[in-house]
Amino acid sequence: MLGFRTLLYKEVLRFWKVSFQTVAAPVLTAMLYLMIFSHVLEAHVQVHGVPYPAFLIPGLVMMSALQNAFANSSSSLIQSKVTGSVVFVLLPPISYVEFFLAYVMAAMLRGLMVGTGVVLGTIWFAVPDLQAPLWVLTFIVLGGAIMGALGMVAGIWADKFDQLAGFQNFLIMPLTMLSGVFYSIHSLPEFWQQVSRFNPVFYMIDGFRFGFFGVSDVAPETSLAVVAMSFVLVSAATLALLRSGYKLRS
Amino acid sequence: MSVAVAIDRVEKRFGSVSALAGVSLQIGEGEFFGLLGPNGAGKTTLISCLAGLARPNTGKLVVMGHDVVTDYRAARRLLGVVPQELVFDPFFSVRETLRIQSGYFGIRNNGDWIDEILANLDLTAKADTNMRRLSGGMKRRVLVAQALVHKPPVIVLDEPTAGVDVELRQGLWQFVQRLNRDGHTVILTTHYLEEAEALCGRIAMLKQGRVVALDSTSNLLARFAGQTLNLRLASPGTLPEALRARATESGGRWTLPLADLGEIEPLLSTLREAGCSIEDLRLTQTDLEDVFLGVMQSTVSPNKAAV
Repeated sequence: MLGFRTLLYKEVLRFWKVSFQTVAAPVLTAMLYLMIFSHVLEAHVQVHGVPYPAFLIPGLVMMSALQNAFANSSSSLIQSKVTGSVVFVLLPPISYVEFFLAYVMAAMLRGLMVGTGVVLGTIWFAVPDLQAPLWVLTFIVLGGAIMGALGMVAGIWADKFDQLAGFQNFLIMPLTMLSGVFYSIHSLPEFWQQVSRFNPVFYMIDGFRFGFFGVSDVAPETSLAVVAMSFVLVSAATLALLRSGYKLRS
Repeated sequence: MSVAVAIDRVEKRFGSVSALAGVSLQIGEGEFFGLLGPNGAGKTTLISCLAGLARPNTGKLVVMGHDVVTDYRAARRLLGVVPQELVFDPFFSVRETLRIQSGYFGIRNNGDWIDEILANLDLTAKADTNMRRLSGGMKRRVLVAQALVHKPPVIVLDEPTAGVDVELRQGLWQFVQRLNRDGHTVILTTHYLEEAEALCGRIAMLKQGRVVALDSTSNLLARFAGQTLNLRLASPGTLPEALRARATESGGRWTLPLADLGEIEPLLSTLREAGCSIEDLRLTQTDLEDVFLGVMQSTVSPNKAAV
């Protein structure tokens, strides 16, 4: 148990030591998005009866949390693989389940910290309601866990930094950007609405946003079911990879 | 003497390449054991299998009675491995690195032992320095320290002195010898054969994934006992046909193994008769390097040698 706790501590300390880059920078990016989009659209757009800046904030919080959860576990693993320091976590008596939990929890924690930072940084622009905090917490925790696990898969699979960048730029970025962060999918043409429904990140954002406004594109229970199922699937795949020792133990 | 490490018919293939082709070894508790072989012989693969970094295709590895696959937690707690590559985690200081490593092995409040290791490896002054700022030799010392944080009864050092200056090498060996005297089993791979000769009580030589020699260092030296005659001929000179078959040539010097000193006179007279004039002549004792070269060049059946 101490092995797991130490690994979790190490993973948190790793990103905390460079928090300017791992926490402050994504908060600033989210604030820039909000400033630009709310400046352009505030006077013109309301979504679900909510002014655009307030509608946008939960989406930005969740998007930043998800992207950073992914970045945490993936970058930690690829760095330690490339530099060889991964042996320090492979030699001790740490089980693959403990390994999984430590990396996912650290990723989730970074996601939560970035999310909280975005809330605090954007509170000056608009204050979204907080109608159902439990939904908010459930979706950000599960979303962070899914992305943390997905980051582990990417970090284990990638042999080089550019392969990881490909995973991030061509999968994670489109999934998060096209998930309804900036709009309600009801504003999309029918075809793209249907496409969005195959994107699990859409349900993370939509359910999360429901916690703030009490309205959403789909029922929050549906979102929770999709997100929970995604979590189970991604976790099972990650655990199977770790158990097999794929690219970690030859 | 009870067994610290038992390796039983271990095979490891990477695709079509056979890195270990049925290695069996037993290393007793408290031994200082050397694992020698040329690059690609399978030394690091064998250590990786022992440490759980690689999984053998067949065979079994046991550390102090614990199987490294089925009972890996206990086996890894009993094993300290110094990896060959100079690796480090750039986020942490030396002390943080050692504290974290202790935690991985389930040990809290390990400060006293960490201080002792730091002092013994002459790292105390660098305890709070970030790993990135250390020289190569210092990083190597930290790797040794990391392998020792959980006081493992079995210590594996994979080429620990590669690229390390003489002073550190001496200090490191004194420390490791002390650990060995205190009862730790030490398994060493090294390219410095004089180190192996001076330190190891028993040696296994690997070649192409097989054990080709396994004996005490003194027996190995005795097996190839004798002297070697090393000579340079005045130019233009080549060795007479009769001697060339048993000699090896390197950089203009000829080396001839001698079963006993009585061989010298007939050898010199053969040279005289052939009209060869000697420019330089030396008589040397067999050392581990000669044994190593002899074993590696010989066509001894590996199975026979591995008994």
